[in-house]
Amino acid sequence: MSDSIKVTIDGAAIEVPRGLTVLQACELAGREIPLFCFHPRLNIAGNCRMCLVEIEKSPKPVASCAMPAADGMVIKTDTPMVHKARKGVLEMLLINHPLDCPICDQGGECDLQDLTLFYGPDHSRFKENKRTVLDKNLGPLISTHMTRCIHCTRCIRFANEIAGVEELGATGRGEHMEIGTWVERAVTSELSGNMIDICPVGALNSKPYEYRARSWELRKTESIDVLDAVGCNIRVDARGPEVMRIVPRLNEDINEEWISDKTRFSYDGLRKRRLDVPMVRRDGKLQPCDWRDAFAAIAQRVQGLPGAQIGAIVGDLADCEAMTALKDLMAALGSPSIDCRQDGARLAASPRCSYLFNTTIAGIEQADSCLLIGANPRFEAALVNARLRKRYRQGRFHVARIGAPDDLTFPVEELGLGADVLASLADGSHRLAERLGQAAHPMLIVGPGALTRSDGGAILAAAREIAERYGMVKDGWNGFNVLHTAASRVGGLDLGLVPDQGGKDVARMVKAALGGELAVLFLLGADEIEVDQLGSAFVIYQGHHGDRAARRADVILPGAAYTEKDATYVNLEGRPQRAKLAVFPPGDAKEDWKILRALSDALGHRLAYDTLGQLRARMAELAPVLAHPDVIEPAAWRSFGRKGKLDASTLVSPIQDFYRTDPISRASPVMAECSALHQTRTTTLPATGTYG
Amino acid sequence: MSAPAGFEFTAENRAKVDAIIAKYPAGRQASAVLPLLTLAQAQAGGWLPQPALDHIADLLGMPSIRVYEVASFYDMFNTKPVGRIQVRICTTTPCWLCGSDEVVRACKETLGIGIGESTPDGRFFLREFECLGACANAPILWVDDDFYEDLDYAKTKAVLNALLKGERPKPGSQTGRQGSMPAGGRTTLKTIEQPDAGGPTDAG
Ligand code: SF4
Ligand code: FES
Ligand code: FES
Repeated sequence: MSDSIKVTIDGAAIEVPRGLTVLQACELAGREIPLFCFHPRLNIAGNCRMCLVEIEKSPKPVASCAMPAADGMVIKTDTPMVHKARKGVLEMLLINHPLDCPICDQGGECDLQDLTLFYGPDHSRFKENKRTVLDKNLGPLISTHMTRCIHCTRCIRFANEIAGVEELGATGRGEHMEIGTWVERAVTSELSGNMIDICPVGALNSKPYEYRARSWELRKTESIDVLDAVGCNIRVDARGPEVMRIVPRLNEDINEEWISDKTRFSYDGLRKRRLDVPMVRRDGKLQPCDWRDAFAAIAQRVQGLPGAQIGAIVGDLADCEAMTALKDLMAALGSPSIDCRQDGARLAASPRCSYLFNTTIAGIEQADSCLLIGANPRFEAALVNARLRKRYRQGRFHVARIGAPDDLTFPVEELGLGADVLASLADGSHRLAERLGQAAHPMLIVGPGALTRSDGGAILAAAREIAERYGMVKDGWNGFNVLHTAASRVGGLDLGLVPDQGGKDVARMVKAALGGELAVLFLLGADEIEVDQLGSAFVIYQGHHGDRAARRADVILPGAAYTEKDATYVNLEGRPQRAKLAVFPPGDAKEDWKILRALSDALGHRLAYDTLGQLRARMAELAPVLAHPDVIEPAAWRSFGRKGKLDASTLVSPIQDFYRTDPISRASPVMAECSALHQTRTTTLPATGTYG
Repeated sequence: MSAPAGFEFTAENRAKVDAIIAKYPAGRQASAVLPLLTLAQAQAGGWLPQPALDHIADLLGMPSIRVYEVASFYDMFNTKPVGRIQVRICTTTPCWLCGSDEVVRACKETLGIGIGESTPDGRFFLREFECLGACANAPILWVDDDFYEDLDYAKTKAVLNALLKGERPKPGSQTGRQGSMPAGGRTTLKTIEQPDAGGPTDAG
């Protein structure tokens, strides 16, 4: 049996791979087939009938999305029968559709609107009453207008298949059929916002964006998300100085076409609690000033200070350009103390393979077994979890976990709570050893729940041993993965933002500040440290939000958020990507590298770059892998880690509240609402635990 | 009739539930959802409170929404509290042609409620139904597990009055015909040939 079949589409003979549907064959032949319910990433439902085509020898039009293409089929997509069928389907769909496009948020990007324009009837013959459907309350993110729903069931299939939460359904029958949760409840998925995108009509809309803009008024900027380390591709839609919404951009290697709710809905935090003027603490109070005064205040403290008394900590949202400038500035000041591992992760800046997600996100689909070590990908990297679930749904995928049990939307074999289990896996005495040994493409993921502990280094070493023992690293396959939660971390490690010889790491810097040995501490958006434990140190905070650390600062340098600068971020796979300026920073705030460049001048150590281009050249000098955006430079395997004692206490994810993990999402009222809802939910609702 | 906080099958029903579930191969327990819903509805007094649906979902290892979908799909299941005795009138075309409007009128008058309503004492629940599959004896009134057939206004009233008094009138045709025999008596096969008797005899 050959792998391809011959079909005739609109008179042209073409050869297509076996196993396609008629719809896919038509698309290969360059024919556009209108559709609603079909979605390439969801199971076929075949319930909207929009995709009807004519097939020779079939007396009736055929739903092409659900019909397998067969050898010798003669398919016609442009006949009077097809046109009449499409017109009829649209007329039926519009019978109960309110036709309220002028007040519908979907207007301008609505499949029903577009297809009706091209294929639909020009008037309605329906004189009777339309049915109405009461709107549902699906929580703070999704607004519903269920009268507009055309029952394509995409949202139900998304919830069941991609999100892994079986909460949506079609209740009632015939004209009384309704889409919803039946008992009123918010959808409990961290991916729920994607339903807004896949709903082909205006039934499911974004609640925070509701009635605030029309899609054609928006300025669209293709960019990168930084609220976790996945580096989801996004489009930032802005009007004037305001980000109006964030939607996903297709990238098969990273986020496919999904993003998490945090990525999508945190943008209202960009308007809240912003630092938009420089400030200096005078008489115990932070007071607005101009840039010159702020720099002067810093210069006064820093000049003449030995480098050993100066330290710098880099936060989770810092971009590579700013980190490059900061590293150079600290070197110029003679300080060896700089650290980008704000969470205290026991990772070293080399070899590169020791801190990357080497398998890559798309590579997960090749794996056949996965060992989670102190990782909760669902909340630490939601789109990595979505890929794991996708792999699980393809079958023959075994996931085991060491650490606190959490529902990941797929079944997981629990091996134990503490790191001590690793020892028996490393020496091969564990019951899972045989299974791991037989896997063709085994992978493991070490998460922050393991790496941020005091035995994190020992866990990393044990994980490497396990990877080597069970053939996780071999020709063409690297199954060793570190799961990061911060967009800045991999870039920071690539650029070598770790303490030099004699320098202090984050914990030591904080201790030294408290003890008075560190006089000046520079925080580049670092908010997750013990800000109240910094003694009398002079704290400079450069960042965009008045979050935790700004309160403690002596000088505030207002920087730009990720939507307000052209910046490079490296995702957990080690893929450098460029975020683009979508709106300008508010008030006096500036792009971060420019602030550092100006500060260096004021401190008498002018950095050697004046343009973004020159800075990026310097960046590539420090880390050549950053020279090529969007390309992953595979990291060669080398030995790393030092064996140590493995602690039996439970590995717990540092992320206990998915919706509030960084200065932006903590400033977001929408995320606050989600967080409150989630806290109550976990204590009241049982998990369904069926994993469809 | 207010919604109970929880739901458990009685010991007797639980035994039936186990027997029903055991009929299906492992991993296919969800197939038992319809009989379980029927049992639960009978036990809960004619309707299915949400805890009953959730309990069934748990028993069958399926998400609650899947049970909600089934329960709301089938007309036999009530997802809101209703009267204990369920009176259902067929109003589909054959019954309507044979006078189901009169049956509806009789029901409304006798019970004092409209379609889709329950009597204030919680005894009766009145609703319309689509074809009950007994068109040959149209019009049909379906009360709990029984069909009352060949009705008209007066006969419907008689049935309902008896029910109101707590009696169970004899189900089946209310005109006295047997099964679905022609209403005016036999029209064909009036005589049946008896092969061994040699000649036609009156089948009377
Ligand atoms: S709400 Fe939207 S996605 Fe869901 S069934 Fe209706 S039209 Fe389809
Ligand atoms: S797209 Fe084929 S039936 Fe909906
Ligand atoms: S129409 Fe009433 S039973 Fe068929």
